[in-house]
Amino acid sequence: MKKFLLTILFILPLALFVQAQKSGKAISSPAAARDQLLEGKKVYSKFCASCHQLDGGGVPNLNPPLSKTIYVLGDKSRLIRIILNGSNESLEIDGETYSNPMPQLDILKDQEIADVLTYIRNSFGNKAAAVTAPEVKALRSKKK
Amino acid sequence: MIIPLLSAGIFCSLYAFKNNPSAGRQHRPPKTDADNAGLKLPSGFGALVAADSIGKARHIVVTKEGNLYVKLAKPVKEKGIIYLQDKNGDGRMDEQSGFGNYGGTGLYLKDGVLYASSNDEVFSYQLNEKNEVLDQHNPAKLISKLKKGRQHDTKSIVLDNSGNIYVNIGAYSNSCQQKDRTPGSPGIKGCPILDSAGGIWQFKANKLNQSYGDGIRYATGIRNVVGLDWNQQNNTLFVMQHGRDQLNGLWPDLYDEKRSALLPAECLYMIKKGDNAGWPYVYYDQYQKKNIQAPEYGGDGKKEGSKEYINPALAFPGHLAPNGLLFYTGNQFPEKYRNGAFIAFHGSWNRTPEKQEGFYVVFAPFKDGMPTGEWEIFADGFAGTDQVMSPRDAKHRPCGLAQGPDGSLYVTDDVKGTVYRILYNGK
Repeated sequence: MKKFLLTILFILPLALFVQAQKSGKAISSPAAARDQLLEGKKVYSKFCASCHQLDGGGVPNLNPPLSKTIYVLGDKSRLIRIILNGSNESLEIDGETYSNPMPQLDILKDQEIADVLTYIRNSFGNKAAAVTAPEVKALRSKKK
Repeated sequence: MIIPLLSAGIFCSLYAFKNNPSAGRQHRPPKTDADNAGLKLPSGFGALVAADSIGKARHIVVTKEGNLYVKLAKPVKEKGIIYLQDKNGDGRMDEQSGFGNYGGTGLYLKDGVLYASSNDEVFSYQLNEKNEVLDQHNPAKLISKLKKGRQHDTKSIVLDNSGNIYVNIGAYSNSCQQKDRTPGSPGIKGCPILDSAGGIWQFKANKLNQSYGDGIRYATGIRNVVGLDWNQQNNTLFVMQHGRDQLNGLWPDLYDEKRSALLPAECLYMIKKGDNAGWPYVYYDQYQKKNIQAPEYGGDGKKEGSKEYINPALAFPGHLAPNGLLFYTGNQFPEKYRNGAFIAFHGSWNRTPEKQEGFYVVFAPFKDGMPTGEWEIFADGFAGTDQVMSPRDAKHRPCGLAQGPDGSLYVTDDVKGTVYRILYNGK
């Protein structure tokens, strides 16, 4: 029995590690046993897709696209702040303007924000570093 | 050398004339395109591309000579109004010029005057006997300083027969929440937006330098209007409202995605002075057939709204974005179309994860100035694809409507800047 438990203790982390490697894609940390992209997609479908669309293409004149824009791929802090604070400023991407406001979504938990931002930074043709919960937390506490 | 060239030139001109007997005249209807400009139309109808790639084409008017003025959402080369002429009468516009260095949507022609709007002003241009603009650089400024938020900023215009002009001033908000478009945020009591927006304002069509103090709030509680027209049969204003968005996104406990994709109705309202359509306090539910209290104002999806708010004359599925309304008074189309309404639906974005809908022109028959209650898709295929999941998939999106002197129907598209002309050539 003792031997069996030891085996489990040995195999379980290994299995989790392999699973993370398989599904983590752009996420490098093997510790990310949970699938951040999958979790991020769930948050995206619920809170973002109705405006930014399932393909991240946005809506011409109304809601900005999320694919290959400096807002998504650039400075992480600015991107995190857009979620925490919302935004109602005139926005121009490739000569097109977008008029709908971005709602403040600070109801989302730090981890949910990290997940969804990691998802959009690695979907719709994007590739950029993951966002972590501590990064979100730091900006949220600065805000208060 | 000169003589043969000249003769060749004369021969070519004669040849062109021979092959184009309608040159300069409009007696014979133009030939429609073999593929009907990519549109699906009822039997007996055909279409042609009258103009293409002119910019973000919004509202349109046709002169009695068959020439077109088109308002662009954004000026192209400092020209916000495009003037298109068909010199040889083949239906395809062959001369393009423009003026008015401002973007906008509204355009209307009445009694020798062209009216055009930016997103916070309304101008008028005097026309000569050929309906050409006399002074392109110095229009009269009729109205200015209209409220222009980031959302719903376009100003559509129409005139009645008593010297008044009507201007929609869209609400710069989805549902007057304390925090706009934010999940769970309640509505502001006594929505302050309604003082200067969220309705139709009436001004004098010939008076300069008017603003809020000179006009009257003709009707209120109308979230945003792009398509509107004056019904000559009952001498009344009709408008198409863009209904609210995001019932599911903002109130997921009350509305599932399916219901949210269909609700609320896009409403055709017959507007009388003093009417209140109830935005943001209620929305119209086309299944329950009544005004329902908005969730931002204590609604639960069932509670009926106050009876003080008007009901629509006709209700369409949600989110289709009606951008053009035209009462057809021509003789070219069959009898059933006479005095009925054409409505150009720009197409939805707020139905995710369901596929998007709209991107077509609808016909609703009228009898004695009121809709019969039926409607059908008249012209489809603008999107150029069977299924639009995301609005960007649509290659063309219908926006403005106008009737030609021969009774043809013109439709603009603000994606590629195509102007379609639809004709009836059946028997």
